[in-house]
Amino acid sequence: MTETVEADTATGTELAAIELRRVVKTFHSHGEAVPAVKGVDLAIGQGEFFSLLGPSGCGKTTTMRMIAGFDEPTEGEVFLHGSDVVGVPPNRRDINMVFQSYALFPHMSVLENVAFGLRRKGVPKDEVARRVGEMLEIVDLTGREKRRPRELSGGQQQRVALARALVNRPRALLLDEPLGALDLKLRQAMQVELKRIQREVGITFVYVTHDQNEALTMSDRIAVMNDGLIEQLGTPREIYERPATKFVAGFIGTSNVLSGTVSRRDAAAAVIEPGPGERIVVPGTASAGDVVEFTVRPEKIDVRTEQPDGEGCALRGTVTEVVYLGTFTNYNVQTSTAAEVVVFVQNVSSADDVAARGDSVWLSWDPRHSYAIGA
Amino acid sequence: MRRRLVPYLLILPGGLWLAIFFVVPMVVMLSFSLMEGDVVNGFALTWHWQNYTEGISTYADQLVRSLLYGVLATAACILLAYPAAYWIAFRGGVRKTTYLFLMLLPFFVSFVLRTFSWKFLLADDGIVLGPLKSAGLLPQDFHVIATGFAVVAGLTYNYLPFMVLPIYVALERVDPTMVEAAQDLYAGRAQAFLRVVFPLSLPGVFAGVLMTFVPVSADYVNATVLGGTNNTMIGNIIQNLYLVNSDYPEAAALSFTLMAILLVGIFLYARALGTEDVLEVATR
Ligand SMILES: Nc1ncnc2c1ncn2[C@@H]1O[C@H](COP(=O)(O)OP(=O)(O)OP(=O)(O)O)[C@@H](O)[C@H]1O
Ligand SMILES: [Mg+2]
Repeated sequence: MTETVEADTATGTELAAIELRRVVKTFHSHGEAVPAVKGVDLAIGQGEFFSLLGPSGCGKTTTMRMIAGFDEPTEGEVFLHGSDVVGVPPNRRDINMVFQSYALFPHMSVLENVAFGLRRKGVPKDEVARRVGEMLEIVDLTGREKRRPRELSGGQQQRVALARALVNRPRALLLDEPLGALDLKLRQAMQVELKRIQREVGITFVYVTHDQNEALTMSDRIAVMNDGLIEQLGTPREIYERPATKFVAGFIGTSNVLSGTVSRRDAAAAVIEPGPGERIVVPGTASAGDVVEFTVRPEKIDVRTEQPDGEGCALRGTVTEVVYLGTFTNYNVQTSTAAEVVVFVQNVSSADDVAARGDSVWLSWDPRHSYAIGA
Repeated sequence: MRRRLVPYLLILPGGLWLAIFFVVPMVVMLSFSLMEGDVVNGFALTWHWQNYTEGISTYADQLVRSLLYGVLATAACILLAYPAAYWIAFRGGVRKTTYLFLMLLPFFVSFVLRTFSWKFLLADDGIVLGPLKSAGLLPQDFHVIATGFAVVAGLTYNYLPFMVLPIYVALERVDPTMVEAAQDLYAGRAQAFLRVVFPLSLPGVFAGVLMTFVPVSADYVNATVLGGTNNTMIGNIIQNLYLVNSDYPEAAALSFTLMAILLVGIFLYARALGTEDVLEVATR
């Protein structure tokens, strides 16, 4: 798979901050085996902002807990900075975690919460005071040292949790849906804040989320998980523009998943010709007679009333829905292959819509934007 | 209008119950404690506060012993109950309630009967001491019954569930991710317990102390059955004065003295522990 090759080049030859090799975790509950993680391989580079993205129950938290040391893998190995840490308890791993529920200590003040880790490590008193003070400044909580967690807002609690972990200067920080409990506005503000802090401290972040926008905007790389496995691993752009599987295409953004029978091959691509004048070019190795599935992102498609010329992809259809959405207009087009295709057209000029409901139109796009997908 | 009445209607049954069966007897007993006289000639309210001073000086030994036994039995209860409650709350798994039920099972048997069975068990030639003595492991004159130890042991045994339950409830409410967070922040098991779990369970310990120390200090059954004549508690004296001597004023005065001591003690205890804070955590 090309993705794994890219993953290796991304981390280069230097030691990965976190590496999982064929990690499997099976829980046993009520005499039943529950496979939560079914074989995950990944290498996260030093200072990288790495996201684990996937639907509920796909094994994100379990993967993270194995990195932190709260769960031990059933099979496989976990390396932190090159050393095998299977069997090493969480308090001896040089990484910290921000819990989904924050898990702040309710009987301690903000200051005591943040100082907890340093005190356990036996850092001298004056250094604890200095580092806690600096950290509270970074997360903008100076002046609230004496408050109890319950006397803080959700966003402030979140920042205490972050400060409590970061103040220890761990080699990696694990964040399990840290913004899950916040409302949209605060969430967006905290996304920016988190990214800023990560740049400032230069620590590896492993970020669990099921929010694709969050993952796309914040991450250096993303691992899309489904049902205990990594479906695709790559940069946000790779994941978004070239989803490797149908699952990824469906999970990330809006995507058109189409299929057709290859009628001929042309250079390095397969060509599908559903009807007269229609042509879909899908780069790949499929041969004539094969049925290929491929994706095209809605914003890559152009809608026009005349038949396009040139060697691009062209498909005929009827507009079934036009929705004006400000910066772009959303067209739903019923194609001759019976599939409904979603198209986003940028509203560059203030001219009228290119087509109305019921119009016959031609869809066209650059063949580079059709991606054949796996199962 | 009706809406505003509802809360009052809700406390009406309980309020009436308390008014009739608690407040009224309290007032009656309080007035008794200030009376003079005897059953034959009747009692008269003469504001005879000497009932108190005389009671305290006459029965100082028993008062002190009651408080001492109370402290000892309560401490023993904490030491026994905490690990048990901890184990059930954190290691009990799906069978938590079963274990809890097993702990409480003996208490389906009458209090007095249980205490008597202890007497039988610990008798000088009973099924425990008898064989040990005949095996020569214990001297022939060794005895447990009629010692302070037997009374404290009986009290501990009888009031244990009142300690286990609140501690269990408090521990059960401690979010396991708190422990994980502590471990994540470089605390070993012992540190995680001392710094996080134990402080968070203090409200339960506090409630347990209230629920055991007060009734233990006022108990008379254990001292009667297991204690013999040298280990009487203030409860025995009050019972005797009331039922045998019919000295109602003195019995009432001693009761109120005990109550006052316990209230002051609990107040000081709460202050010392900073309970407001502790209770706030419990209700978070
Ligand atoms: N302790 C456990 N015992 C049994 N099954 C578990 C346990 N922890 C997790 N699982 C199961 O493992 C699977 C993965 O769980 P996990 O918590 O890793 O999902 P997740 O991706 O974090 O989901 P979410 O987005 O909802 O948090 C789920 O099916 C879950 O039911
Ligand atoms: Mg999760």
